Amino acid sequence: MMWFNLAKAQSFMPTQGTEIAKQVDNLYGFLLITSFIACALVIGGMIYFVWKYRRKTPNDKTAYISHNTFLEFVWSFIPLVIFLGVFAWGWYIYHDMRTMPKNALEINVVGKQWAWEMEYKNGYKTVNELVVPINTDVKLILSSLDVLHSFFVPSFRMKQDAVPGQYTAVWFRADKLGDFHIFCTEYCGTSHSGMIGKLKVVNKEDFDRYLEQGQEERNLPLAKRGEKLFAVKACASCHSVDSPAVKVGPTLFQKFGTEEVLDDNSKVTIDENYLRDSMLNPNKHIVKGFPKGVMPTFQGQLNENELSALVEYIKELK
Amino acid sequence: MATKSAHHGDNYINFEKGLWSWLTTVDHKRIGLMYMATVMFFFLIGGIMALLLRLELFAPNAAANVGNVLKNGDVYNQVLTYHGAIMVFMVIVPGIPAILGNFFLPLHIGAKDVAFPKINLASWYCFMAGAALAIATFFFKKIDTGWTFYTPYSIRTGTATVLMVLGAFVMGMSSVLTGLNFIVTVHKLRAPGMTMHRMPLFVWALYSTAILQLLATPVLAITLLLLAAEKLFGVGIFDPALGGDPVLFQHFFWFYSHPAVYIMIIPAMGVVSELITTFSKKVIFGYTAIAYSSLGIAAVSFFVWGHHMFVSGQSATAGIIFSFLTMLVGVPTAIKMFNWVATLYKGSVSFDSPMLFALGFLFLFAIGGVTGIMLAVLPIDVHFHDTYFVVAHFHYVMVGGTLMALMGGFYYWFPKMFGKMFNESIARLSFVFIFIGFNVTFFPQFILGAMGMPRRYFDYIPAYENLNKISTIGSWLILTGFLMGLWVIVQGLRNGPKAPLNPWGSKTLEWQTASPPPHDNFAVEPIVTAGPYEYR
Repeated sequence: MMWFNLAKAQSFMPTQGTEIAKQVDNLYGFLLITSFIACALVIGGMIYFVWKYRRKTPNDKTAYISHNTFLEFVWSFIPLVIFLGVFAWGWYIYHDMRTMPKNALEINVVGKQWAWEMEYKNGYKTVNELVVPINTDVKLILSSLDVLHSFFVPSFRMKQDAVPGQYTAVWFRADKLGDFHIFCTEYCGTSHSGMIGKLKVVNKEDFDRYLEQGQEERNLPLAKRGEKLFAVKACASCHSVDSPAVKVGPTLFQKFGTEEVLDDNSKVTIDENYLRDSMLNPNKHIVKGFPKGVMPTFQGQLNENELSALVEYIKELK
Repeated sequence: MATKSAHHGDNYINFEKGLWSWLTTVDHKRIGLMYMATVMFFFLIGGIMALLLRLELFAPNAAANVGNVLKNGDVYNQVLTYHGAIMVFMVIVPGIPAILGNFFLPLHIGAKDVAFPKINLASWYCFMAGAALAIATFFFKKIDTGWTFYTPYSIRTGTATVLMVLGAFVMGMSSVLTGLNFIVTVHKLRAPGMTMHRMPLFVWALYSTAILQLLATPVLAITLLLLAAEKLFGVGIFDPALGGDPVLFQHFFWFYSHPAVYIMIIPAMGVVSELITTFSKKVIFGYTAIAYSSLGIAAVSFFVWGHHMFVSGQSATAGIIFSFLTMLVGVPTAIKMFNWVATLYKGSVSFDSPMLFALGFLFLFAIGGVTGIMLAVLPIDVHFHDTYFVVAHFHYVMVGGTLMALMGGFYYWFPKMFGKMFNESIARLSFVFIFIGFNVTFFPQFILGAMGMPRRYFDYIPAYENLNKISTIGSWLILTGFLMGLWVIVQGLRNGPKAPLNPWGSKTLEWQTASPPPHDNFAVEPIVTAGPYEYR
């Protein structure tokens, strides 16, 4: 089996974080070797023939061989058998990938331009960070707020589109501690390549503690909760909060109570209602120099408490 | 036209003079050349876009030095979309059928022209009108959907989706008209004695392609119109916010676009069949198998579209069925490969530049083929889907396959088309640069894909840097190769020595007439008494 392990070692696949990843890599190793042999036969045969039968004189006699039924049958039949074999092997693994385990730990994952939002059963929400316990079946229920996204964890050989208007699901059972990349692999616009998250596999005790801490955070003071929400909703990817630097949208640093010039050159004072409008109806007031239609509305996604928390947080940005 | 020929030139180029005579010509050879000029222009634009993309990916943005050429993600996404859309709809789909097919299909079967010469001209105007609409988006809001126009992004983006899909729609019309023309021409205009089984394999390939063009393209047309209707009038078909289903769009889109990849590759296989037999001076091995495997591929290609959608949310059962059917396409494709290699056996193989491209095709297509099988295996595709592995795979088949064959076919038929020879040494050198550059550019992308780098990424994590650098350097080698090819063409056209009737010693009919051919193709209608590859 040394050649087989060699093929796998040269396959450049990322760390294997699950049992399924190992199975996928075995199949891939087999395919690599078969493909290499097939290419060696075809390309090697080609090179051998063109060299051996290279033109020597302009009037070389050539053989007249129009076909050979037996040979043609053999080289149709052998590929067919190999193709059906790898199909069946693939089917076997795919069946495991797509059969959801019972009693799995369920976590909701929502894709949106351009972040992943994770929500645990106890209501704790995080953004671009998914923490899961080791050796536990985890089922992710995926959905999308806007366009198609795709949830890809290379180390788990796991990928599933998040489709707006329906739920899709994947499951995994991580057997290795550590941090793994989450990529978005379905093109989703401006910051598609920035939609990167982290999947942390931790011990079961650490996981319980993580969830408890999350619970406690929900009882924080208003501005603190606003700060947390600001991170969860990924507001910071467009609005800076600790300096006047402009990201995609206007900065919120030391803005409360000051005057802002809008794109129709009118002026408005930034107060509680202005901030509320900007979150629920972002195209109503556009700050001069910024394009319309970039910020999505948060109507229906923020309740009254959350709106107040965010306003309170922005108020205190000094 | 016969009455005119008395006081006109002796070949199709000097038969009539002036720009107007070209714009109103119904001569299939002239229309082929018009396609050639326009497709080459679009290839230049699409190529520049590709070079920009590679330049941007030279380094991750955090380490931006040489890399940072495109301003931001939006600009990158637009360049990526134009590269894809131009190369697919304006270069590879029309490439071989519209240029070489138009020019040589009638010559191959001993006909004076295609069945409907005026429709042939109309198809060129359709192509130009569609291309104009597509290019017009550049001056409005541009477009950033990717060439696949996936919903609901394409509906929600602020860019000019409608204009672009209308352009693709009109270009699709051109494709349908060409397909229709070719089918009727093959059935009705064969010279006496030219039975179906005496047709050159290039004709069989064009015939299979024409069937696909005729049957699949209307589905794309309908899909794109629905998309435009949704975007313009808010009819809810694909956007879930309007009660539509975004996955439905993918089914519709790939129902066309999967057969379309065979529209792109089957003609290339036809060209390669011609080249291999001519330059090994030997009858093709397994004529019938190659001819019917083209039809076989065309037929099965209608039932494999779901293999683009294994992780889209379609049912697991659908995934299994599509994986199975995709394996079946592999068989006729493998048969062709074996037949070409077997043709070389006991031949008299020369290494003229067209043959180098044909051998390059076999090399690259073998790699493109085995990686295609990998992608058809369900759990492997789950990992590779939408990563650089897929990018590498389709560039191996579409660029390594189709463009290699187009270049090879172009050098092969250049003496016949223009009556002049070209500089053989530079032509061979152009092959060396394109072939090596191609592998340097795209082979590292297989590894990047295995490592997990997603496609359509403006920026990437540092682990992917080295391979991206190699890939970018490869793109400059390809550029060098194509610039040499351009020089060969221009130099050949201006100063090439006069070409003989049949410089390569081919047996097919087009080599029996003058170089360049007269307006009516043949001075006397040929009578066919044997197959196309009688090298005895």
